Amino acid sequence: MKTLTLAATAILLTAGFASAQTVRIGTEGAYPPYNMINDAGEVDGYERELGDELCKRAELDCTWVKNDWDSIIPNLVSGNYDAIMAGMAINEERQKVIQFTQNYVPPQASAYAAMSADADVEGGVVAAQTGTIQASHVAETGATLVEFATPDETLAAVRNGEADAVFADKEYLVPHVEESNGELVWIGEDIALDEGIGVGLRQSDTELKDKFDAAIASMKEDGSLNEMIGKWFGEGAPLFE
Amino acid sequence: MFEFCADPASLEGMQWTMCYLTTGTHMLFYASFGTVLLLLAITAPVALLFGFGGAMASRSGFLPLRWFGKIYTSMVRGIPDIIFFLFVPLALDQAFEWTRHQFLCDSDAPVRQGNDFIVCAAAKLPLSNSAAWVHDVYGIFLAIIAFSIVFGAFAANVLYGAMQAVPRAQLETAEAYGMSQRQVTRRILIPQMWTYALPGLSNLWMILLKATPLLFLLGVEDIVYWARELGSSKTSAFAYPHPDWRLYYFLGILVFYLLMTWLSERVLGRVTRRLSAGQATMAGERQRKAGVA
Repeated sequence: MKTLTLAATAILLTAGFASAQTVRIGTEGAYPPYNMINDAGEVDGYERELGDELCKRAELDCTWVKNDWDSIIPNLVSGNYDAIMAGMAINEERQKVIQFTQNYVPPQASAYAAMSADADVEGGVVAAQTGTIQASHVAETGATLVEFATPDETLAAVRNGEADAVFADKEYLVPHVEESNGELVWIGEDIALDEGIGVGLRQSDTELKDKFDAAIASMKEDGSLNEMIGKWFGEGAPLFE
Repeated sequence: MFEFCADPASLEGMQWTMCYLTTGTHMLFYASFGTVLLLLAITAPVALLFGFGGAMASRSGFLPLRWFGKIYTSMVRGIPDIIFFLFVPLALDQAFEWTRHQFLCDSDAPVRQGNDFIVCAAAKLPLSNSAAWVHDVYGIFLAIIAFSIVFGAFAANVLYGAMQAVPRAQLETAEAYGMSQRQVTRRILIPQMWTYALPGLSNLWMILLKATPLLFLLGVEDIVYWARELGSSKTSAFAYPHPDWRLYYFLGILVFYLLMTWLSERVLGRVTRRLSAGQATMAGERQRKAGVA
């Protein structure tokens, strides 16, 4: 009996060590400058730097996990990782399945880009990434929506003529348009679609949400969040007040 | 890798190419070929074992076992591979975690809470604080099980057919010598069936080879994942910016698979010749005549 109790305590104790919080953060790794895989094969980008800083402030031990965009929400709710930081805009539809912290990127514009200035974004073919707020928006306009699994494929579709225009987060398109030597041009006005980008969490994970919320709030307060946005998105990017 | 790679922006031509092809991500790309080969090396024998079990079960004189064998082969063969590959790893993972939750957790909170599947930290598989490679290995392990179950069912059918194809006269002769049913199976049936099974099995091997890109669906970072990731256009946020190069990467993979097919055909041809020797089949007969002449 004594050995049994000892063994039970030992198991309980080690189990206690095992649960010393490691927070696994899931990201897509294909959405520069938000998140990407750098040349060393590691997750990099604005969200990597921000996430590491948030974990430091919340005193969490964090690791990064790559996951396809398509299955990023299902894998969160089934517990493969504990948080999503993948440029995921806060919107109602997603809030039915997961919960978000307060935003760590202010509400930002979505924009159309195309190979020629007279591309028809209202009645033509528009490319967008599957399961994004942009894809839902295009579906509501008169345009024909073609969806792709990765943001890069939406751009490739425009370049090879499969689609007339691409509709995506403006901050994602900016470097591509600027570096295309005038090949890609903006079409029309920017469109405001979302409430900003937040950390996605399981609805039952309120404790983690509070920790992240507090860390984000403290970064907003001391201005370090705006500094980081300026570093990764350039001067023109929208900042927090 | 090379010393002159320290500042990628200043590189040109040959040096740029050499540095580009030796970045960390490219090394991971090359290593992923190993992942695919490893999957093949483990899956093929395991699937063959599953198939052997399935075939023996289908032939069994014990009715429930026969049902099990028949149901396994017809059910798995009837379900589209892709659905099976999406279903099995997910179901297995949740089954493992659920079981561990019952034993390792003292909380009585339900595992399913709304949309969420929650087990306590100790029941997680792998534990959330284990190293990244443990997670990778676990992912590959689940993939191997899914592949083995699917290809095992096909192999079971091939082996079952091959066992039926062994001439009845051969078995009868063995029985006449006084061998028991088990001895007949072990000494006569199994050694002779391989030559009948080989065409079907080599087909299966080729299909397995071609099915390996399904790994990508299971979230394992295989060659398809890296080809798409590396080939996608890179802005100056990366050290080596380039336009959309997926075409070239996929071309490389295509060549790899063609080479694998060519190699497999040569090896399988050799094995076929070897197994036909001394068999009462047309190929065996031809070999015998050639040997005599």
